[in-house]
Amino acid sequence: MKTTIAGTEIDVNEEGYLTDASQWNEAIAAAIAAEENVGPLTDAHWKIIQHLREKHAADEQVTIRSLNKSGVAPTKEFYALFPKGPLKKAARIAGVPKPAGCI
Amino acid sequence: MKNLIILGAGTAGTMMAHHLRKRLSAAEWTITIVDRSENHYYQPGFLFLPFDMIEERAIVKPVRDLLPGDVDFIFAPIERIDAEANRVHLGGRDPIDYDLLVVATGSHIAPDEIEGMNGEGWRREVFDFYTFEGARALRDRLATWAGGKLVVHITEMPIKCPVAPLEFAFLADSFFKKRGIRDRVEITFVTPLSGAFTKPKASRALGHLLADKHIALEADFAVQKVDPERKCLVSWDDREVDYDLLVTTPTNMGSDAMEASGLGDDLNFIPTHKNTLQSIAHENIFVIGDATNLPASKAGSVAHFESETLTENILRFLEGKPLLETFDGHSNCFIESGDGKALLIDFNYEYEPHPGRFPFSWGPMALLKESRLNHWGKLAFRWIYWHILLKARPLPGIPLQKRPPKEDAA
Ligand SMILES: Cc1cc2nc3c(=O)[nH]c(=O)nc-3n(C[C@H](O)[C@H](O)[C@H](O)COP(=O)(O)OP(=O)(O)OC[C@H]3O[C@@H](n4cnc5c(N)ncnc54)[C@H](O)[C@@H]3O)c2cc1C
Repeated sequence: MKTTIAGTEIDVNEEGYLTDASQWNEAIAAAIAAEENVGPLTDAHWKIIQHLREKHAADEQVTIRSLNKSGVAPTKEFYALFPKGPLKKAARIAGVPKPAGCI
Repeated sequence: MKNLIILGAGTAGTMMAHHLRKRLSAAEWTITIVDRSENHYYQPGFLFLPFDMIEERAIVKPVRDLLPGDVDFIFAPIERIDAEANRVHLGGRDPIDYDLLVVATGSHIAPDEIEGMNGEGWRREVFDFYTFEGARALRDRLATWAGGKLVVHITEMPIKCPVAPLEFAFLADSFFKKRGIRDRVEITFVTPLSGAFTKPKASRALGHLLADKHIALEADFAVQKVDPERKCLVSWDDREVDYDLLVTTPTNMGSDAMEASGLGDDLNFIPTHKNTLQSIAHENIFVIGDATNLPASKAGSVAHFESETLTENILRFLEGKPLLETFDGHSNCFIESGDGKALLIDFNYEYEPHPGRFPFSWGPMALLKESRLNHWGKLAFRWIYWHILLKARPLPGIPLQKRPPKEDAA
């Protein structure tokens, strides 16, 4: 479905996740972050957001543990930056799909 | 003579041994397969063993008996691949050289990854059912367990057969009902994901199941540690879930040998082309099954669909032809929902599980819906596994690529 965020028309699924990562921009990220009660976005947030976008482009899965292990975001800090369900919130802000199981 | 080596004689490696032995000339190629286990386990049986719904001897067979006679089996641990030298180092034996390598070393549980998990409570109050030993120990514990707080837990994704923990919770509900002690057992399902069901169509169709079965849900739970003394799970955001009996699915990881070879990612899964199954790093190394880093499910059915594409691509590679990009992430799994019923799901990279009929437009099986026929399908899967899937025989009616759901079909 279509929706307009930060003045741009984008395609999202029923949970508000972008279905086309290429439609994303930083203003969209900031607007979604506000909706999720995250932010204001700092360099520490952007570093994680960029990392999620790069991994998505490379078709690689990201987990809370891989963020921790790769040094991108120690887990305690990740929770502080994106409270309550950090990975699903960070993914939505980054314009990539929600981490999901198969059903 | 040229050498084709397959690493791992589990589901995927065994299928590939049969496929390739049928297609590669015996005058030109030797095929060798390596595994550190002499037993092949039917892992879907690990879900039933804890509830004494299946016999041990029905789910294990000698590796050698499942392979074609003219494939060499080496019983040894794989230590390291030296991809520059096209050589595999084995424990306690001379290294072996290959012209083409197929990696099928699967994934295994790594309970040491979480503080306290593999501690004093391991296989006393803390169990896994992802190994034969774990499932068997849990069966013996459940047989006499008087009740209390049962916590069914997923540590982190990805795990093989991602719905198995949820199936375990459903079967536990049936099991305790049958034993007449359901009122003395509290079942809680703890997941790092946003819910037991994360895909919109499945959530709509199945969301009621947890409530129907009185299974409590603790979602978005990223476990930091297990506290075996206080018997609780602790999350990174300081939530706690108490247990009397914890059935956890620890972190799943690829083979340590991939780490030693510099071929794995941070969970030791191997970066692989998602449609051709060629490894990203080396053109004469191909990867199949749970060992890949693909965004497909880690399941036996997926290994089956992959094996068809991989066989064609190995032949094409040897002839210098371009590879087929035909693997579409197709997965097809039965899900036990308890009380003698099961669901069936069919999906791929593009389409999430959806309602409908399978394998034909008229059925006979229902997708994303509980039925007794699906339960019989799940039980029949064991026979199909031993006699058809592993032997790389065709499965009539089941297409390699997923058929698009009706509403999306052109
Ligand atoms: C509880 C449970 C339920 C499941 N239910 C289903 C289901 O209903 N449907 C379904 O389709 N799938 C199911 N699966 C998943 C399925 O079993 C796996 O996806 C499948 O077995 C993967 O095949 P594989 O060949 O990649 O790995 P495996 O079959 O695990 O084989 C890997 C092999 O590599 C060997 N190996 C690894 N490292 C080394 C080393 N260093 N040296 C020597 N040998 C090594 C191992 O010994 C093993 O034999 C289930 C799994 C579990 C645990």
